[in-house]
Amino acid sequence: MPPYAGPPVASRSGDAASPLRLLAYLALAITLIVLDDQAGWLARLREQANSLVQPVWALAGLPGKLGGQVRDTAASHGQLVTENRELRNQLLLANARLTRLQTAALDNAQLRELLNVAERSGLDVQLAPILDIDLDPVKQRLVLDAGSREGVHVGQAVIDAGGLMGQVISVTGGNATVLLLTDPDHAVPVTVARNGVRLIVYGRGDKLELRDIPLSAGVEVGDEIVTSGLGGRFPAGFPVGTITGLRPDDTHAFLVGELKPAAQLDRGRDVLLLRPGAAIRLPAAGELPQPSLPSANQAAGGAPPLTPAPSARPPKQEGGSPPAGSTVVPAAGRQPSPLATNPPAPAPTTTQTSPVVPAAGRQPQPTRPQPEAQR
Amino acid sequence: MSRLRDNRWVLPASLVVALLLGLLPLPALLQPLRPYWLALVLAYWVIEAPERVGLGIAFASGVVADLLYGGVLGEQALRLVMLAFILQRFRARIRFFPMSQQMLAIGGLLFNDRIVSALVHIMVGEPTLPWSYWWAPLLGMGLWPLVFVLLDAVRFGKRGR
Repeated sequence: MPPYAGPPVASRSGDAASPLRLLAYLALAITLIVLDDQAGWLARLREQANSLVQPVWALAGLPGKLGGQVRDTAASHGQLVTENRELRNQLLLANARLTRLQTAALDNAQLRELLNVAERSGLDVQLAPILDIDLDPVKQRLVLDAGSREGVHVGQAVIDAGGLMGQVISVTGGNATVLLLTDPDHAVPVTVARNGVRLIVYGRGDKLELRDIPLSAGVEVGDEIVTSGLGGRFPAGFPVGTITGLRPDDTHAFLVGELKPAAQLDRGRDVLLLRPGAAIRLPAAGELPQPSLPSANQAAGGAPPLTPAPSARPPKQEGGSPPAGSTVVPAAGRQPSPLATNPPAPAPTTTQTSPVVPAAGRQPQPTRPQPEAQR
Repeated sequence: MSRLRDNRWVLPASLVVALLLGLLPLPALLQPLRPYWLALVLAYWVIEAPERVGLGIAFASGVVADLLYGGVLGEQALRLVMLAFILQRFRARIRFFPMSQQMLAIGGLLFNDRIVSALVHIMVGEPTLPWSYWWAPLLGMGLWPLVFVLLDAVRFGKRGR
């Protein structure tokens, strides 16, 4: 049996179950809760503390990593071969689609230029692995195994193959925390892809909700919702979800819609971080009937003559990350980034970038100048 | 007394392990059932070594847990301080309970802890957890003998039990 040998006197007087101490600690805890709720300086303090927490997260993420490795080594040759074949087929399809999109993107850029419309700023993506740990289940968060060392910065949009996942809200040296779309603190400006109605999607714990849909908007179950790009934090055109249900709200003047997220919002995979990259550019400036935009070029200040768009700044890599990866249009697109003075971060798996077409062709509002995703 | 022989490192080590267990990834289906390891370990120490573990350590480990899990800062601190206080109050009785009654007491405490947590969430205006999470205290209750015996064994080497 466990030793019952605690000195009886001490255990009684040292019980320390004095309500006074309890009250003191409770008051302290409640102060913390209230302060945390009100944000402010505590948030900054908390950010500092987060970098201390980082090694523990890494430790807790080990089992997940180990599990992955075990699975990798246990995979049989046959499995690998089949998987390889499947992947190769998928790549073939994806490449074919990409070539088509490239021509579409070029067409798009040319038309935009003819219409004298601001150029949509291009996007690079960066692959980042998810750290396999469970945070507080109330808050919808993810921890990424990539931080400021890999060029991640606060405010970046996070996507996966399906669509938008969320945004980066805090970054330490080797980790970044992602606020998922479904977090109750999160809202995204969106449009209905079919008719361009602009709405806002709110997080609802584990699902998404569209509030204040006008009855006359003609929104229906099954409609696809994409980001509208308003507000400038999320680039336009990324799928957010599909409407699964509509019901009238309390006032019966508006509808409330439920959404199924387009992205898979659980952990265990890699995600893509968007960052402003080189805009889609035309192959050569001289070949095209280009309207002269002297003032725009002046305004762009030192931009090479190739940049015709009024609002397109020369693509700077923020956060000093190396200009890895390429844009959609092969030759003329890439400019040496003036800020990339840092050597490439020593992270072999996390900083691959790859070209992306920002969901070409699904933007419902083609003539609006895009707010830049950069901040 | 056996207390002289107990291993000093067990207390911090057990708290760290409990914190890590709370972060360990679980399949989505099992997530609601994750027992509150930190509370179990803390309960053991409050009952068995009240001179070393009191409200202070409960508070501190709660704050650390809040930072680690990314929850509302102070929530777990509040919950653990309450738990530790109740345990201290009834320690003399709980210690001499047979294991089954001890389990019930711990289950009650964990259930109370859920209520406190829900209250905090409502106060702060966060959504409360789904109902499936209310099964976790039952699992925690079932794990109590295991935690108790294991910690005892580690603490006193092979002799204690």
